[in-house]
Formats: sequence, C-alpha cells, structure tokens
Amino acid sequence: MTDQAYNFAYLDEQTKRMIRRAILKGLAIPGYQVPFASREMPMPYGWGTGGVQVSAAVLCPDDCFKVIDQGADDTTNAVSIRSFFERTAGIKTTTSTKAATVIQTRHRVPEMPLSEGQILVYQVPIPEPLRFLEPRESETRKMHSLEEYGLMHVKLYEDIARHGHIATSYAYPVKVEGRYVMDPSPIPKFDNPKLSDSAAIQLFGAGREQRIYALPPYSRVVSLDFEDHPFEASKADHSCGLCAAEDSYLDEVIVDDVGGRMFVCSDTDFCEARRAAGHKGKDAA
Amino acid sequence: MRVQTLEGGFSEPAMQAAQAFRAVMDAMARPGSFQTLNGATPPAPLSAAAGTVVLTLCDTDTPLYLAGALDCAEVRAWISFHTGAPFVAAADCMFALGGWADLMPLSAYPTGTSEYPDRSATLIVEMGTLSGEGHSLRGPGIRDTAHLSLPELEAFQVNHLQFPLGLDFIFASGESIAALPRSTEVF
Repeated sequence: MTDQAYNFAYLDEQTKRMIRRAILKGLAIPGYQVPFASREMPMPYGWGTGGVQVSAAVLCPDDCFKVIDQGADDTTNAVSIRSFFERTAGIKTTTSTKAATVIQTRHRVPEMPLSEGQILVYQVPIPEPLRFLEPRESETRKMHSLEEYGLMHVKLYEDIARHGHIATSYAYPVKVEGRYVMDPSPIPKFDNPKLSDSAAIQLFGAGREQRIYALPPYSRVVSLDFEDHPFEASKADHSCGLCAAEDSYLDEVIVDDVGGRMFVCSDTDFCEARRAAGHKGKDAA
Repeated sequence: MRVQTLEGGFSEPAMQAAQAFRAVMDAMARPGSFQTLNGATPPAPLSAAAGTVVLTLCDTDTPLYLAGALDCAEVRAWISFHTGAPFVAAADCMFALGGWADLMPLSAYPTGTSEYPDRSATLIVEMGTLSGEGHSLRGPGIRDTAHLSLPELEAFQVNHLQFPLGLDFIFASGESIAALPRSTEVF
C-alpha cells in the first residue's frame, strides 16, 4: 500500500531530477565525486540517507527492491529502508539477490555475481578516500584534479612498515579506469574484486557529505597495492558454520561467555539459499 | 497560449519520469546501447525521445541552449511551459538541444573545470536515424566493443582526449536514444 500523501518514492520531482543529473555525470566520469544538494530524509545521517536518495531517484514502479546491511536482510536498517520504500513507492521488495532489480547495500557486495539490469546502490559515510590524510576539501579536490595520489601510497606503505602487510581491511582504496582514486565505501576488501568488471550499474550515495559517484558496468577497478605487496582479498580462515561455504565472507559471532564462537556467512540470502540446497555446516542444528 | 503548448507533457509525471530516467541512465551507463524512450509528445521538429529527455532532466535549474531549427517559438513555448528551463547561449548551457550541424562548434560548450568536471554540458542531438552500425566504441560500460552510427568521428575522439573534462552526448531519433559519455573511446 502506498502512502498517497507522498510523491512516488518520497522525494519531490525537482529533487529527483537534480539527483538524476548528478548520477548521469557520475556515470560519465567514473569514480569522480559529483556534488549534489542532499536533502533531509526522515532518518538520521549515517543510516543511509545518501543511498536512500539515490534509490528514490532510480526506482521505477515495477522494480523489485532489496536492502542489505552488512550482508543481512533482517537488520533494523535494512528492514526499515525496505518498508520505507514499500510505503512511499508501493514497490515489491525481496530478500533474494537474484530476484532484485535494485539492491541498496550498506558495507557489503552480495556473494552472488550481479547481472545486467541490476543496480547496486551503496550507502557511503565518507566518500573522500583522501579525507583522513588531508582534511581540507579544497586540497583533496586539487589532488584529484592533478591526479596526485602519492599520499595514499604513503599511507599504504606506512601500513607495511608498521605491520609488515597492508593492514587496511575495509574501505580499501581503488583506482577507477586508471584515473580517479575512489572509496569503495566501507566494504571489506574481500569484496573489492567484485567492483571490477561487474555487469551491474553501481551507484554510490553519501548523504551527509553530499556526494554521488558511480561505476558503469564493466569498469576497470583496481585496488591500490605494490609490486612486492600485491593486493589480497582476505577473509576469516574458516568455513561457514551453517552452510559450510568456503568462499564467502564470514562474520565472527560470539555464542557464549566462555569464548565460544562461530563463523557464519555475512550474506544471509547466500547462506539461506545454500542451506536450502542441502549444504550443512558443523554448527548447524 | 496555444493548446499545443499545454499538451504533450507527462500524464503521470512521477512514474513516467522515473521510467524515462532509467532508460537515459541505461543509455549513459552502456554507451552504444539503444533504449526506447517515450511519454512526451512535443511539437515538431522535436522528437518524442528528445522531448522526453528534456522533461526528465530539465527544470528551472538547468540553462538550456536551443540550436538551429529547434530554436522556434513552438518548441520554446513547450519547453518553457513544461520545464521552466531558461534559454541561454551555448557557452552558459547545461543542456543543449539541436541537430548535429546546428550544434557546432563543440568548443562553444562548457566542458567543466579540472576540479569540477561535472560542470559540463550534455548535448541532446537530434538524429535522422540511429543504428548499431558504424564507429566502434570502447570504454567503461562496454564489455568488449559497441557500435554506433555517429555523425562524425574526430569530434568525439577530441572530446575523449580531454577526459575527465568533456561533453556528454545523448542521441535521439524518433522514440529511441543512445548515449556517448566522454569516457568512451571512439575509433
């Protein structure tokens, strides 16, 4: 049921046009952060206001919408954003990655490869990969315009000097089409390879920071690294306790107060589909 | 005011604009792919596809340049009534609308600044026909190569060389569009 008091997908048409123009420029300049006039949304900053605005601008009445929060369809954030669009846009929602046409995500890329016709919308807290190295926007903008990314390599080098390996494990910086260094949002670096050469359109929305950026399908996205310290997509060295998957990203869950723990897939849809297909992990009841 | 001016807009603005934008976005994300675009019935010589792009993306915030035969009273009145977009010279526009020859020279349009390459014009080009035969395209959004009948070659090569600055193009013919962003290499 749609709340008729609102325009389709909550935002007014002029706001959607403004966001849509930003998305088009973002697609034309992959990895470049397009400023946009982010609106107040009926949820606090940090809860995905950027992603929600991008989703509102791209959703069509016949879309099937999925929201994941750290891979899970059933967390507060995911449930409330899903019901927000059920109410304001009257669209179908799903938890199945395969059935969804638009997927809004916080900090994960689904395990299942995406297909043409799907759109992945990322919620981004800090869109500027150089922000923690250089706090001034005027300077980071200049660094992007001059392609001056030496500082980022220094940061990765300092990781190696201090820890012996690149210790950055999430929001791992990538270079898009050999030009812009981009923050992939705080996805684990395990997910970084999925950004490259994806069949889906990937859109990134940062509400508080008022930036939109995008990756067209089949874009070349390379994680920054060094010849002698190549990028490695790491995950916990276990298999899923419920579905026994060896190749999915795992969450560590503390199960009692005497140090017991289990590892489970962070992508709940992927895990459920495997269990339904008969796979069984060592902790499955 | 003529009836023709008041008619031809979206009958369901929110729904039709959403569907039209998805077509435009798919075109821009997959250069060389063709998308069907309709909903608006603008006065001649504006095509349905180009008219729908204007209704979907233009409003009072987007200065628009009309080139050649499209710069006529009927089209001006229709766009003014339905979008409120101000008409400006090529150098100040965010969107330009016209036939390829009328839109020349490309050097007249803003291509953005190195710090803000998004502050650049999008050209909506009215084409007689659009086909998937012709020049080869390569770049983001294209798996291997795509093909598109472009009005010429060199202008798009020069445009691509300016990346990340440059112009983005939406080609319209009848009820069909294709797009060519600056990121696409043409050969």
